[in-house]
Amino acid sequence: MQGNEACVYAAIDCGARFYAGYPITPSSEIAELSAKYLPKVNGIYLQMEDELGSIAAIIGASAAGKKSFTATSGPGFSLMQENLGMAIYAEVPCVIINVQRNGPSTGLATRPGQGDVMQARWGTHGDHPIIVLSPSSVQECYDLTIRAFNLSEKYRIPVILLSDEVIGHMRESLTIPEVEDLIIINRKLPLVPAQGFKPYTPEEDLVPAIPPFGTGYIVHISSSCHDESGYSHNAPQTADNLVRRLHKKIEANQEDIVQVEWFGPEDAELTIIAYGVISRTAKQVVINAQANGLSVNLLRLITHWPFPDEQVTQALKKARAVLIPELNLGQVVQEVHRLNSFNTPVYQLSRIDGEIILPSQIMQKVEEVLK
Amino acid sequence: MSGYTFKSYLEKSQLPHMWCPGCGDGIILRAYTEALAELCLAPQEVVTVTGIGCWGKADDYLGTHAFHGTHGRALAFATGIKLGNPDLTVVALMGDGDAVTIGGNHFIHAARRNINLTAIVTNNYNYGMTGGQYSATTPLEGKTTTSPNGTAEPGFDLCFLAEAAGANFVARTTCYHAVALKNMIKEAISHQGFSLVEVVSSCPTYFGRFNVHPSPVKMLNWLKDKAVPVQKYREMSAAEQAEHFAVSTLVNKNRPDFYTTYKRINRPDQSAKGEE
Ligand code: SF4
Repeated sequence: MQGNEACVYAAIDCGARFYAGYPITPSSEIAELSAKYLPKVNGIYLQMEDELGSIAAIIGASAAGKKSFTATSGPGFSLMQENLGMAIYAEVPCVIINVQRNGPSTGLATRPGQGDVMQARWGTHGDHPIIVLSPSSVQECYDLTIRAFNLSEKYRIPVILLSDEVIGHMRESLTIPEVEDLIIINRKLPLVPAQGFKPYTPEEDLVPAIPPFGTGYIVHISSSCHDESGYSHNAPQTADNLVRRLHKKIEANQEDIVQVEWFGPEDAELTIIAYGVISRTAKQVVINAQANGLSVNLLRLITHWPFPDEQVTQALKKARAVLIPELNLGQVVQEVHRLNSFNTPVYQLSRIDGEIILPSQIMQKVEEVLK
Repeated sequence: MSGYTFKSYLEKSQLPHMWCPGCGDGIILRAYTEALAELCLAPQEVVTVTGIGCWGKADDYLGTHAFHGTHGRALAFATGIKLGNPDLTVVALMGDGDAVTIGGNHFIHAARRNINLTAIVTNNYNYGMTGGQYSATTPLEGKTTTSPNGTAEPGFDLCFLAEAAGANFVARTTCYHAVALKNMIKEAISHQGFSLVEVVSSCPTYFGRFNVHPSPVKMLNWLKDKAVPVQKYREMSAAEQAEHFAVSTLVNKNRPDFYTTYKRINRPDQSAKGEE
């Protein structure tokens, strides 16, 4: 099946029952399949008038207790940014699948791109944390969609699945586990009495137990600066506490959230850092390099954000050089530079013409670097 | 009787409110909470969704569930909330900026889909919160801080817009007519499908000061004189109509709401299933 399809099966398997979206290439299969299957499980597919409304509707449905998701691509993702910030600030779980295409603007609508790495991190205004995951196979479209919902429910934060046109449309076989065998995390509910309840009181893990609308608890959700009651509150200390806690609940759990894959020999001379479709190219290069007696390994980023600082630092420390091929003009490269206090040479390989980077192109660069 | 009064829905610790003396918002909040009391709705059954602006602050004073979202998107959030839990009574409080200027797209589509919720739109003909700029309902040549010589744009008629888009229930009154307003809100909430109550309201601080009079009392009298019952309005000449607006129930239909229709068409046992 296709990567886009796998996302829908995963969403339904882990209990998502509400989808709102606006069709856009190359993500539309997610909408189509959701429209077909959600009614079978008493869920709802809603086609909104635009992406501003789509993300608003999934945030609303989630606040009312339904696990909710949407899918889009670059232009639509741009329109979602304001309300994405609202969901982060008001701590409403939801999953946004962005099947990246070449940009900016309408760009090459049917061609792959990886230009939204920074938009996913910094697209909405103000200081905020975010979780972004990057699948590189159809199997991972399934697995990481489940994981996206789990992390979203656990930490009460929107999670972005940053796929791309190739991964979304590629067909591969995959294993779908029995639903009983899946690890499914649902948002926690309050254990305190409804009288005097303050929905935004953080628990030990810094995550508040906010019940959905319609239980005995009164819930006040606000996009304005709010205190633990959820009502707006303008004191400087309230503003400071809230945003710092939002960051801390993610930072304190990096170990749980950040995932990478190492591939190839452990102590390679050159480490390639890649993700999404290009990590597949890079894997082939690692195999080819080995056959040619070149010492190359791959650090594949599964979690984009929070950035795998620890693992990338390790790569910079150990390898003689690091190479980052990506379908943009160097969005992950910047992060690698930020961590490079070792003077390790960092090489960049960019492609922004709507074509993927071929193994031969990476190989050529590897040979240049290692010669 | 339920024992609920308007006070059952207010969060007293948040009062006094921030609205200017003479603002219509307080009257509308009172009518809304009285309507909830008379409908015997528990605060736990009601979600009040607000936008951004003076009227968008209303959730601060309410003890129902509340969702205070982003500017213009109240109806999109409300749509998700209602479909997420159809048992909830969902009421969206918006100003003219929220409802039909920045949020006009959601307004027409929520009406077209006939989502089973109520929109209470306070129309004060300008953006009060940001300092009295013109909105999409400011009348032609209306003076605001961004149209010092009068705006060159005509204003929307919210009720026509909602009717044309397919709303089931559409009614208009003013903040002068407090009792009629309360009854209208009750009817709107009880009505299946998308219901709109437009409350032509008074902003003495800006629109009133620039166009009518800065006195709240004079503003209320002005609203009283402008508002004519729909029957009488229909008998007026075009010139007279231009100086007035029609009040009372303007649309009352029984088209099935979105959720009912969706469930009828998409039954879980529908045969469209099939493995790829
Ligand atoms: S600015 Fe106008 S609308 Fe806003 S609170 Fe004052 S009178 Fe009311």
